[in-house]
Amino acid sequence: MSTLEITVSVNGNSYTETVEPRVTLVDFLRDKLALTGTHIGCEHGVCGACSVLLDGVPIRSCLMLAVQADGREVTTVEGLTQEDGTPGILQDAFRDAHAMQCGYCIPGMLIASEALLRDNPDPTLDDIREAIGGNICRCTGYVQIIEAIQLAAERLREANR
Amino acid sequence: MSSTNLRYVSRKRTVREDKRFVTGKGKFVQDVALPGTLHVAVVQSPYPRAEILSIDATEALAMKGVRAVLTGDEIAAHCDAIRFGLKLPEVKWYPLAVGQARYAGEWVCAVVADSPYIAEDAAELVEVDYEPLDPVIDPEEAFEETERLVHPGNGSNVLYHGHFHWGTVDEDFAAADETLKFRVRWGRSSTVPIETFGALARWDEGTEILDVWASIQMPNFVELLSSTLRIPLNSVRLNQDVDVGGSYGVKRGIKHSVLVGYLARKLKRPVRLIEDRLVNMTSGDAHGPDRIFDTEVAFNKDGEIRSLKIRALDDAGAYPGRAPFQLAKPISAIVGPYTINSVKYEAISVVTNKTGQVPVRGFGQSPTNYMVESAVEKVARHLGMDRIEVRRRNLIPADAFPYRIPSGSDYDSGDYQTVLQKALDAADYDNLVRRRDAARAEGRLAGIGIATCLEPGGGNNIFEYLMNPSAEITTFSEGAELRVDPDGLITGVVGTTTSGQGHETLVATIIGEELEMDPDEIRVVHADSLNSPITRSPVASRMAIMLGSSTAAAAQKVKAKVMAIAAHNLGKPVEDLEYAEGTVFEKGDPANKLSWKEICFIAHKAYHKMPEGMEPGLQAQHVFQVPGGGQLPDEHQRVQIYPCFSFQAHVPYVEIDPKTGHVSVLDYVIGHDCGTQINPDIVRGMVIGGLAHGIGAALYEKFQYRPDGQFLSATFADYLMPSVYEIPMVKDVEHCTPSPLTSHGQKGSGEGGYLGAPAAIASAVNDALAPLGHCIDELPMRSHLIEALINDGNTNA
Repeated sequence: MSTLEITVSVNGNSYTETVEPRVTLVDFLRDKLALTGTHIGCEHGVCGACSVLLDGVPIRSCLMLAVQADGREVTTVEGLTQEDGTPGILQDAFRDAHAMQCGYCIPGMLIASEALLRDNPDPTLDDIREAIGGNICRCTGYVQIIEAIQLAAERLREANR
Repeated sequence: MSSTNLRYVSRKRTVREDKRFVTGKGKFVQDVALPGTLHVAVVQSPYPRAEILSIDATEALAMKGVRAVLTGDEIAAHCDAIRFGLKLPEVKWYPLAVGQARYAGEWVCAVVADSPYIAEDAAELVEVDYEPLDPVIDPEEAFEETERLVHPGNGSNVLYHGHFHWGTVDEDFAAADETLKFRVRWGRSSTVPIETFGALARWDEGTEILDVWASIQMPNFVELLSSTLRIPLNSVRLNQDVDVGGSYGVKRGIKHSVLVGYLARKLKRPVRLIEDRLVNMTSGDAHGPDRIFDTEVAFNKDGEIRSLKIRALDDAGAYPGRAPFQLAKPISAIVGPYTINSVKYEAISVVTNKTGQVPVRGFGQSPTNYMVESAVEKVARHLGMDRIEVRRRNLIPADAFPYRIPSGSDYDSGDYQTVLQKALDAADYDNLVRRRDAARAEGRLAGIGIATCLEPGGGNNIFEYLMNPSAEITTFSEGAELRVDPDGLITGVVGTTTSGQGHETLVATIIGEELEMDPDEIRVVHADSLNSPITRSPVASRMAIMLGSSTAAAAQKVKAKVMAIAAHNLGKPVEDLEYAEGTVFEKGDPANKLSWKEICFIAHKAYHKMPEGMEPGLQAQHVFQVPGGGQLPDEHQRVQIYPCFSFQAHVPYVEIDPKTGHVSVLDYVIGHDCGTQINPDIVRGMVIGGLAHGIGAALYEKFQYRPDGQFLSATFADYLMPSVYEIPMVKDVEHCTPSPLTSHGQKGSGEGGYLGAPAAIASAVNDALAPLGHCIDELPMRSHLIEALINDGNTNA
C-alpha cells in the first residue's frame, strides 16, 4: 500500500512520519508515537474515549485519518500534564474527586473538560453536561466527574485571579 | 468498629490508582507491545444456525503479511473443549465454530497477520460455504424443542433444570389470606465496558512458559487455559500488571485467550487479539442474563408476605459459559431483605441460537431482585396498601441478626428499617409525594420508585455444587502477601488484575491501618500468576471482604514477628511492650525501644540478634477462608453461599413524556449500608456507578434479536448506554452496620447500586403509569413501549 509523509504537532512536539493513508489518527498516536493515553472504545464515534483536541477543538480520533491531521496541532491527555510531568489542575481535580474507576474513558473525559474550561471558567451544570454529553463512562455514573469539573473550574478561577 | 479509632480506613484519601489514569499512563492490554507480534481478525458466521460445509482460505493466505488461517476443526483436534462447570459432555465449547455455527456472529476462522489492518482485509477473503438451518431463538420454545437442538448431542436444549423447596411452602400458601401470580421479564443486557476484550500470548520456548496478558476478571482463568491447551498449570503465566478497562463481571475472555495461546505456540510468535466493538457486541463476552420469571406469592391482608413459588427460565445463548450458575447465586438472597418464611424455586437454563451469556454484575441477583420487588409492589397494589408500609411490614428487624433465610443463608448484620428511613428522609419523601401529585395535577406523568435490595458478597462458590454435585468446591479463598525490605519499606502483593475497584488503595490502606504506617509509603504490586498468592479473582463483591481480611491477617503476622524480635532484643516479654507507628518500646520505660528500621535490619541481616530458631526476613502470607464456608449443603439443599450482606434502599423520582414515552429520571436518592467503608470515595463511586448501570438496564439497554435470529444491537448507536444526560445528580446517604465476619467490619459494595436500581426505576415508572391503570412487567422499559402503552393501551409497538 502507498504511504504518505505527514507532519503533525502533538503536545507541542513536531513529528514527521510516513503512514498509510488509511491509518486512523488514534492508531497513529498510539502505534507510531507510542502515546497510548488515548484509548479506543467503539471506533464508530459514539463513546468519546479517543477524544483529542485538534487545533483546540475536541474531536474523535477514531473517525479521522492521520493524514487529515497533517500540518495541524493535536493535544492528547499526555499534553495536559505540566512540563515536569506532574498532573495539571484539571487532572488533579479528577484525582481529588475520584472521578473514575477503571480509568479507560478518562482521557476522553479530560479532553472534553479541557475544551470546556478553556472557554468557560464558570460552567453551569448544563454546560458541563453538554461538554461531556458525548463521552460515555460506564463506571462512575458521572456524578464524581461533574464534581471534578466543578472543582477544577473553581481551582482554575482561583489560580487565574 | 468505630471509625474514630481508625487512622486510614474510612478516611477520605486519594485513590492511588487515579494518578496513572489522569496522566494517560495506565497500562492496558492494548498498550503492551512485544516485538514481532502478530494480530488476529475473525471470520464470523452471518447465520444464527448453519452447517459449515467448507472453508477456503486460499486467497486470504496469498495476501502479503498473512501468516495463518485457523479453523475450528484444527483447534478441536489440538485442544480440549472449554469447561464450564456442568457435566454436559456433548455441549462442546471451542473458540471457533466446529461443524456448525450456533449464533449470528460466531467465530468460524481466525486470520493471523502482521497488522490488524491486514488481518481484517484478509478475513474478508475467506470463503465459507454454509447450509443455513432453522434456528431456535425464543427460550420458551427452546425449552420444549425436540428438533431444533443447538447442541444435538445433548438431546435437548436444557442445560440445567433444578427444583428447590425450602420450608413449608404448601402449608404457607394454604394458610395465607391471598395469593397472586405474575410474570416479569428481564431483557438481555450486560455491562459493556468501554474497553473491549484483548489478549496477548507469547510462548517462551526456552522456559516452556506461555505468557499471557489479558483484560480479564475471571476465576479459574489460568486453570482453564492450561486444561484447554493441554499444557501443565505451572506452564501458564498470567501477567496481572495490566489495567482492565472496566469489567463488572464480563471480562472472561477464555475463548480469546485459548485462541491466541494456541496460535502463539504454533507460530512461535507473540499473537494478539483485540476485539473491535462489533466483534465485542456480536460475539465477545458481552451478553448477560435474559430471564422470564413466573412467580406466585402468598400473603395476608395486613401485608405480611409468607411464601414464594418462583420459576425462572434463563436464556443462556449458544454456549453456557457461567450462565446457569447465575440462576444459583440468587439462592443466597432468594427472599431479599424480607422475613418470607418459605420458597419453592424452579430454575431452568436453556441454550438458544444467540450469543453466549457471561457473568454480569451481581451474577443473576439483579433480575431476581427485580422479581422479588415486583412481588412486593403487586401485593401492595392488590391490597391498596402503601408500598413503603408493605416493605416495613416484611423487612427483617435489626435485632434479628444473624438471620437465617429459608435457603440456608445467615445474613450477617443489618438495620434495614433505618437505612430505608434515611433514604426517605434524604428524599424528603412527603414533599416528593406532593411534588409528584402537583405534577399529576398539571397533567404530567410522574412517579416515585421504591426498592430495597441485598448485595451478597464474598461467596464460596458452593452454588456450583448445588447444580453439579460432582463439583465438591466448598471454598473460594483469597491470599495476600506482605513483604518488608531491609530498608523497612513495605510491599503488598496481590494476585489479581484490577478493573476499577481500587485494590491497590484497599491493600495499602489496610496495611497502613494495621501497622500504623502511611499508606502512601506502601507499594502494592500485582504479581503474575506463578508468583502470586492464591486468588480467586475480584468477582462477587468480594475483595474488600476477602483481600481486605487476608491483608489484615498478613499484616498482623508481620507485626507479631516484629514484636517477638523486639522482645528478644529489649529483654522484656511481649506483654510489657507497646507498638506505635513501627517503634516498639517498653511500657514502663519508653526509652527502652527499637525503631522499625532497626527491627527490619535485624530481621534481614543481624541473625545473631534474632530469637533462637526464628526464620530470617520479615514477610508474611495469609489465605483468608470464606466465613461460613467449608460446608456442603444439607439434605434440603440449604447452605451458606455468601458471608456478607450489604443493603440498599433506592428512591428515584421520574417523569414521563406522554408523547414520546421518554422517562426522565429527575432525582435519585440511595441509602446504603456496606458496613465499614475502607475508602469512602471508592464506595461512593461504585454505588452511584452501579446505580447508573441499573438505570440503563431498566430503561435503555437491550441486545435485541430479530425473530429469525439476526442480531440488531451491535453498535453504541443501537445498544444505548446512559450518558450524563440520563443520570441525575444522585444523592447518597450512608449507614454502617459492621459485619462481624471481616477484618474491619467491611462488606461488598460493587454491585448493590445495580442490584436495586432496575427494580426502583420499574417501581417509579409503574407508579407514574398507575393513574392510567397501566403496569409494565418487563425490562428494559423502552420509550416506544411506554408510548404505545399510553396511547394504544398495549406495548405491541
